[in-house]
Amino acid sequence: MIDRGFFRRLAALTRKEVRQVLRDRSNLAVGLALPLALILLFGYGLSFDVKHAPIAIVMDDRSPGARDAMAGLQGTPYLDPVWAPGMDQAMQMMRRGQVDAIVRVPVDFSRRRADGQARVQLLLNGVDQGTASTLEGYVSGALGTAAQLQIDRGGVGSGASAGSVVLVQRMWFNEANNSTWYLVPGLIALVMTLIGAFLTSLLIAREWERGTLESLFVTPVRPLELVLAKLAPYLVIGAIDLVMCLLAARFLFEVPMRGSLWLVALSSMLYLAVSLLLGLWISGVTRNQFQASQLALLASFMPAMMLSGFVFDLRNMPLVVQAVSQVLPATHFMTVIKTLFLAGNDIGLVLRKCGILLLYIVVLTAATWRTLRKRLD
Amino acid sequence: MSDGATVVARGLRKVFPGPDGKPLAALADINLTARAGELTALVGPDGAGKTTFMRLVCGLLRADAGELSVLGHDVAHEPQKVQDRISYMPQRFGLYEDLSVQENLDLYADLHGVPAQQRRERYARLLEMTDLARFTARPAGKLSGGMKQKLGLACTLVRSPDLLLLDEPSVGVDPLSRRDLWTIIEQLITQENLSVLVSTAYMDEAERCAQVFVLHDGQLLAEGAPGTLRTRARGLTCTVAPPTGTPARDLQARLIDADELIVDAVPRGGAVRYIRQPDADPQALAALLQGLSPEPRPETLEDAFMMLLKQRQAEPSGGATAAPGPAATAAISTIAAADQPGDDDAPVIVVRDLVRRFGDFVAVANTSFDVHRGEIFGLLGPNGAGKTTTFRMLCGLLPPTSGHLEVAGLDLRTARAQARGRIGYVAQKFALYGNLSVRENLEFFGGAYGLRGAALRQRVQESLQQFSLQPEARSGELPGGYKQRLAMAAGLLHQPDILFLDEPTSGIDPLARRLFWRTITALAQGGVTIIVTTHFMEEAEYCDRIAIQDAGELLALGTPQQVREQAGGSGSGDMDSAFIGIVEQARARRQAPERAA
Repeated sequence: MIDRGFFRRLAALTRKEVRQVLRDRSNLAVGLALPLALILLFGYGLSFDVKHAPIAIVMDDRSPGARDAMAGLQGTPYLDPVWAPGMDQAMQMMRRGQVDAIVRVPVDFSRRRADGQARVQLLLNGVDQGTASTLEGYVSGALGTAAQLQIDRGGVGSGASAGSVVLVQRMWFNEANNSTWYLVPGLIALVMTLIGAFLTSLLIAREWERGTLESLFVTPVRPLELVLAKLAPYLVIGAIDLVMCLLAARFLFEVPMRGSLWLVALSSMLYLAVSLLLGLWISGVTRNQFQASQLALLASFMPAMMLSGFVFDLRNMPLVVQAVSQVLPATHFMTVIKTLFLAGNDIGLVLRKCGILLLYIVVLTAATWRTLRKRLD
Repeated sequence: MSDGATVVARGLRKVFPGPDGKPLAALADINLTARAGELTALVGPDGAGKTTFMRLVCGLLRADAGELSVLGHDVAHEPQKVQDRISYMPQRFGLYEDLSVQENLDLYADLHGVPAQQRRERYARLLEMTDLARFTARPAGKLSGGMKQKLGLACTLVRSPDLLLLDEPSVGVDPLSRRDLWTIIEQLITQENLSVLVSTAYMDEAERCAQVFVLHDGQLLAEGAPGTLRTRARGLTCTVAPPTGTPARDLQARLIDADELIVDAVPRGGAVRYIRQPDADPQALAALLQGLSPEPRPETLEDAFMMLLKQRQAEPSGGATAAPGPAATAAISTIAAADQPGDDDAPVIVVRDLVRRFGDFVAVANTSFDVHRGEIFGLLGPNGAGKTTTFRMLCGLLPPTSGHLEVAGLDLRTARAQARGRIGYVAQKFALYGNLSVRENLEFFGGAYGLRGAALRQRVQESLQQFSLQPEARSGELPGGYKQRLAMAAGLLHQPDILFLDEPTSGIDPLARRLFWRTITALAQGGVTIIVTTHFMEEAEYCDRIAIQDAGELLALGTPQQVREQAGGSGSGDMDSAFIGIVEQARARRQAPERAA
């Protein structure tokens, strides 16, 4: 397999690939500018955080005590409460989309509160389920804090504290429940996927279409040399993208990195190799640039975005989809990168997942090799 | 190695799935032996199996049966050993267009491991032979078609291989570059004692080879030295001049229709060359010639080749491409343009100072010509000469940068849509729907041209008969010649005054080409004006007038005879040498002012 000419030919082919990358500006645009755009888009533009959410408060109980209980809803950056004169108006505001939730304090609020059985009605706009559940958390948190304060002060209703359980909650790993923290590590996976899906997926197909492979095949060239030479320049582009992502994570979005930088780099480069090889393999199988890019988008980029746990929690998905997601290399890398960023070094997990990625590298290299077997039929 | 043989094939067979899903033998039990140190040719029309054979030799395909040994290795088992020793130039050599000439050469030299010292000498020689020394820094994509082909050859020859394989090295290349390519190949054979296997559709190229194998439909029809093969046509070949005032193609049409007397006839140099049937009745032949006196001429390989093809076609098994009889072609002359208004002398196409630029690239420079009604006008030139660009402007598909264009009396700038209604267009590629039947395609195109109801049905029915087409056949599965015919039928449905044909004869075999031109002659006799582009120079002989384009410039305009005379000499040479003469004159003119300055 490796004979005397191996390195000479590999060098010649790599030189050719590098020249081709540098001369085609669209390559660099997709390889470097698109990831940058994605970083900014996901970092700044896309956020699941709910801030300044408008809510209506309907006070059927106009006692000062009830007002105090609602004080917690004010003065937080997450909620913008409006006092609605009545339930009808509040419902109208909800229908018009002016508010995302209605907090209704019933007439008997103060009375029941004295018995420790106070109830507040919360109506949520369930169209956007994500925002709704976030708001639910905010409102109950805010009301809980207010209640706690009053208990501390030993004020009204102190008698009730005896029998009630107050939930004191705290977010771990992402203390501010900031979605940027959650998204940016996943973004690294997305950018690595992108290079494979959009760039290397064209490489072999382009050579088939232009007829260059037929000429190349009838030389001492070996299939493995072709695969390795095609990977080299894109590994460099991917590494540059990785550095960009890491810098943005650290300085623009201030995402903590609780695990080791070296493990982040190692696992990212492994995943990059998987993604590039997946693109090359698709390219070699389809032998057609259009089909290859369509297929790469469907088989690599879209699933990495939807099914890898980048945005949507996999555990909420049907079992079949979960099974599919386990086949995706992106899912495994997503777990590693999020853990390394937000939780810290979990060596066992990292080793296990990196092992899976290595397995993918071996299998995909062999598969791509087969597509370049120097045969036209 | 079996006694100085480079390639030995025994019972070699390769089957591909055909367009109709049935297996199709691209090569059927081929036995051949190519000798070392010689130039060996594989000759045959497109689809004969030449490329399949080349790819088998290179180890790029696996045979379904038989043995193939190359340089002593069994290719099926040791493809890499063969690939390490041979050099192969595919039909479309895969140059990296974004790499420079030098970088392309370097890549192949590195892959073959050519040492630095040897490399310097080799580069110097290759660049000198190919005349590419001035362009080493230029991206390969920005070379002309001929130069690309020469660079492909240079990349193939970065080292001296034990066997050189060239798959149609000169297809689509202008005659000048074709001549240069062959000079290089012949130099290398004498200087390096190279063994070469070349495939070609050009008979004059095959004449240069020591050994010729004639392939057709995957079968070996004949083999031998050109001199031996030629004898098949000995004593049967003649030239006859048409009566003054008649185009040679009319006489040619009459001769080729009489297939019980004549094997083949082509217009050449203002006269008609024909091969008579060996058993032709002399009296009947004299009657056919109507008192014209034929001159015997020396037989060529092409004559022998045409005889082989015709013989094969006559066999019951080989009749797949059976031609419609003369009656069908004669009927075509009555198809269209039966009653045209206007006088015959007014030109139907007027082109004045036509220019088309793409950025700073001048695709067509200052071109002017007229075409008259009922004329066959040929636009000739190598790939990239500006033929297709000129053509697209004439059809109103591409607006000119400047200049005046009139088609059927309509200014293309102001009345493009109206002008389009008067023209028919047959694109270079098969532009019909492959998964529709012949009838469905015709009905669709008829509808697109505004034919409706009974009129449409009648025209479709007429076209089916006139072009002998099977209405229910699936268009994509038709053989090449029939696809061509269907495309023409679609272009003629609305009975246009002018028919544009872009490279109609590329990729179809010589018999289908004869038939195609027979149809064109019939159409012209019926009054349709025909504009045709071709890179087969000899097809100019069918035209009333031709224009030769090179690098966007109109170099010559006139009857084939006038063009031959302009090229110098007596005007009796063939169109290839006329083209070379004219292009060389033009290049000398271009260089003269540079030297003076």
